[in-house]
Amino acid sequence: MQKITSEALINKACELLENKTVNRVLGWKVGEFAYDITPALFTDCDSLKSDFVFGDFCGANFSKYLVSETRKSDEKVLVFLKPCDTYSFNQLLTENRFNRENVYAIGIPCEGMADISKIKAAVGDGIVGLSSEGDKIIVDTLYDGKQEIDAKSVMAERCAVCKSKKCVAYDELMGEEGEIVDSNRFDEVEKLEKMTEDERYAFWQGELSRCIRCNACRDICPACTCENCVFDNPESSVQNKAISDSFEEKMFHIIRAFHVAGRCTDCGECSRVCPQNIPLHLLNRKFIKDINDFYGEYQAGAEVGNRAPLVDYTLEDLEPGEALERGAEN
Amino acid sequence: MQRIGVFVCWCGSNIAGTVDVQAVSEALKNEPGVVFSTNYQYMCSQAGQELIINSVKEHNLTGIVVCSCSPRMHEATFRKTAAAAGINPYMVEIANIREQCSWIHKDMEIGTEKAIILGKAAIAKVNLNAPLTPGESPVTKRALVIGGGIAGIQTALDIAEAGFPVDIVETKPTIGGKMAQIDKTFPTLDCAACILTPKMVDVAQNDKIRIFSYSEVEDVKGFVGNFDVKIKKKARYVKEDICTGCGVCTEKCPMKKVPNEFNLGMDNRRAIYIPFAQAVPKVATIDPNACNMLKSGKCGLCAKVCTAGAIDYTQKDEIIEEKYGAIVAATGFNPISMDKFDEYAYNQSKDVITSLEFERLTNAAGPTAGKLLRPSDGKHPHKIVFVQCVGSRCESCAEKGKEYCSKICCMYTAKHAMLTRDKYPDTEVYVFYIDVRTPGKAFDEFYRRAVEEYNVHYIKGMVGKISPEGDKLMVRGSDLLNNKQLTIDADLVVLAAAIEPDKSARPLATMLTASMDTNDFFTEAHPKLRPVESPTAGVFLSGACQGPKDIPETVSQASAAAAKVIGLLAKDKLTGNPCVAQANELMCNGCSSCEKVCPYGAITYVDKEFRMPNRTTAIRRVASVNPAVCQGCGACTVACPSGAMDLNGFLNKQIIAEVDAICK
Repeated sequence: MQKITSEALINKACELLENKTVNRVLGWKVGEFAYDITPALFTDCDSLKSDFVFGDFCGANFSKYLVSETRKSDEKVLVFLKPCDTYSFNQLLTENRFNRENVYAIGIPCEGMADISKIKAAVGDGIVGLSSEGDKIIVDTLYDGKQEIDAKSVMAERCAVCKSKKCVAYDELMGEEGEIVDSNRFDEVEKLEKMTEDERYAFWQGELSRCIRCNACRDICPACTCENCVFDNPESSVQNKAISDSFEEKMFHIIRAFHVAGRCTDCGECSRVCPQNIPLHLLNRKFIKDINDFYGEYQAGAEVGNRAPLVDYTLEDLEPGEALERGAEN
Repeated sequence: MQRIGVFVCWCGSNIAGTVDVQAVSEALKNEPGVVFSTNYQYMCSQAGQELIINSVKEHNLTGIVVCSCSPRMHEATFRKTAAAAGINPYMVEIANIREQCSWIHKDMEIGTEKAIILGKAAIAKVNLNAPLTPGESPVTKRALVIGGGIAGIQTALDIAEAGFPVDIVETKPTIGGKMAQIDKTFPTLDCAACILTPKMVDVAQNDKIRIFSYSEVEDVKGFVGNFDVKIKKKARYVKEDICTGCGVCTEKCPMKKVPNEFNLGMDNRRAIYIPFAQAVPKVATIDPNACNMLKSGKCGLCAKVCTAGAIDYTQKDEIIEEKYGAIVAATGFNPISMDKFDEYAYNQSKDVITSLEFERLTNAAGPTAGKLLRPSDGKHPHKIVFVQCVGSRCESCAEKGKEYCSKICCMYTAKHAMLTRDKYPDTEVYVFYIDVRTPGKAFDEFYRRAVEEYNVHYIKGMVGKISPEGDKLMVRGSDLLNNKQLTIDADLVVLAAAIEPDKSARPLATMLTASMDTNDFFTEAHPKLRPVESPTAGVFLSGACQGPKDIPETVSQASAAAAKVIGLLAKDKLTGNPCVAQANELMCNGCSSCEKVCPYGAITYVDKEFRMPNRTTAIRRVASVNPAVCQGCGACTVACPSGAMDLNGFLNKQIIAEVDAICK
């Protein structure tokens, strides 16, 4: 159950719309199904009051929307950012992807979001209603009526190993200031590292072979904001590499992981939106772990303008050969 | 579609010995775009080049692939050939089937197969080549020499002689370097000061040469012909243009106990000092760590006694910005620290000294006025042991010594031994050595003289331990020729410490983007054919910063470096390298990754208006490359997430085409 209510956010948004601080609001809105909450742009208080929601199913990270949204108007747009979203926000600012002056950012606390696929696995199909009460989630289903499940048990993996409850960027903070969490988010990566090469290949083949190349992971990724993605650019020669063998899906994901390496904030959106439930974030998290091991602890987006290890050089940096050796040890 | 000609070179038997050149030219005939393929004994010869030119005309070739040696060897040659044949020089690609193929394979079948694959890759690249035109940039006709030792002095004098202005930057208060500390020079035994100081005076009097002493290079930007350099002139608290070098201040200064670095700490100087009598510039310098006036504001004696009024306690570090066309690194060497060599008791006994300290002890201007006296008690030593290769050729002790041979120690030890026996015939002299290496003009004769005429006892073997006992030093070593252990009760031990590049060389190399080897010696563009040039264009190497060298070698290399600088400065314009990066603005995200990785500062950002969907426009930040500054390293193309940044002549799609051709 989130500590901050939809009403509080709606009131704040209305206030800022009315005093002309902003002229539009990026927020969450209920979609076709109760769990199907989608990002939406609100321009007036009435539509906010009728459609805006915030709760345990509002995972969407709005940072990336600011790239296109800030280009539409010189007036400010209001955006609500959960702690993990603020890292993406900073990273995009570091890469000069939008103009800070065109955004009014409100940091909001987050208690972790539910993973709808876990709920479906627990209660089966036919979900017609969802609500939260304390640490329970009440699911209304077509076939079995109302069921109560423990919110913790269906929490998204990225939230279960949350790295920060602290908003690192905002104009205004609602709720209490959180802390950076000492999470064990690399445990899953370590499990993969412990596998033999063959086991690991089989694992990824099993996961990635389900990929239908819908591009949702790329389209949602706040690090994937290229004007012209290499996969959409026939000149880039990357496209034909992605279909070079029978296990072609791996190339797309490996190339994408390399492209976001050092810039990925580990927001986990790629895995959230994947219709095939592929744990894509583990690829990126492996890169983050390696960067930490090789160049010292680094969190992309922790601050604006910092020089990331992969685009920086210091005399203390280890030599590539050394990195290779240490990589071989892991 | 290109019309490509393939020319396979035998390189005598260098390639043809391991690669079936006929089979290679046959196999490559059928590659896409190839209209002509042949092989020839020496493609770089006059006749080989004629063959290329005639083939271009006969077959209307638009692109050329030469399967031969490394492009570093003959790419320039074949580009000229292409230009002579009337096609763009950048339509030539080299497949290196010598260094990367025939030289490393023994099996003809494997070698041939690999040569064909390398040829295919080059053909795949030429198919995507486009003609490139280099730009031109002006040359600033002024040179910078970093380091004012004999190397820097000689280079500066030679450049000035040719009529170009030169600046010398020296970190010490005076130029002169190590040679100024040396007593006599081998093999002629003439006095170092007598041959060095006239050159120092020449430098001071030459109106083309400016000396920035007590200064450091702080920042280097730009590229060959157009370097922008920031030089930090450290505050010496004495006005250089007013000080007459009379030395009254250095006699009156009450701070008498400052270790004198010119004499390696074996005597003291004052807080205000002139390093030695013939210093250039002959100007006093105040040591801010020793001066009471600067530390606590109490004293001011030097200002009172200075009749010229040259003392200025308020002087600040000054940054001088200057443009240069060429930069010469002449940062020199230092003996390594003896701190880690406990076995030689350097830190336990004052009577264990290094060879450079020995030079000062025998120098008439040194702490003992040239009398060879023991540092501990000032007595005359009757038995001296010299130990060679202390830290040199030291494979097992990488953490304290050096793997390489320091080159100069055999000769100066012979010199020290000989001079000692000459001046003090009552002194017994022993030299422990691994090998005596004397390849040089009149060098071996010199060493023979030490042994035969002066009866210096040369002992083949290393010293295991030196231990002070009473006023003696017990030197335990092995005599390998007589197969026995020796103990010598010496009065004085002289260690021939290995030499290493000056510590300032590494940060300087980073500023100059010049490469270094693992020992921090600057690497040359080619070890045999371009020994005085760094691989970075416009940066040249002079003296021991490139490798251990004696004075004659240093001076010849210094003059060679000067000749290269003069050749560069004599040009009015430099032809640039057209293989530079360029950003596709439509794809650029403005993320600054390329700007952050560019080692040359060639990338800037501009705001531009772009058409967006639905008849809108947006102002976006996009990268812009300065082609005169870009060196074509390609770091930006790797960092660019969107692939907007690409390198002309090495386009991403060309490289992928090469990889595809190899993996097919």
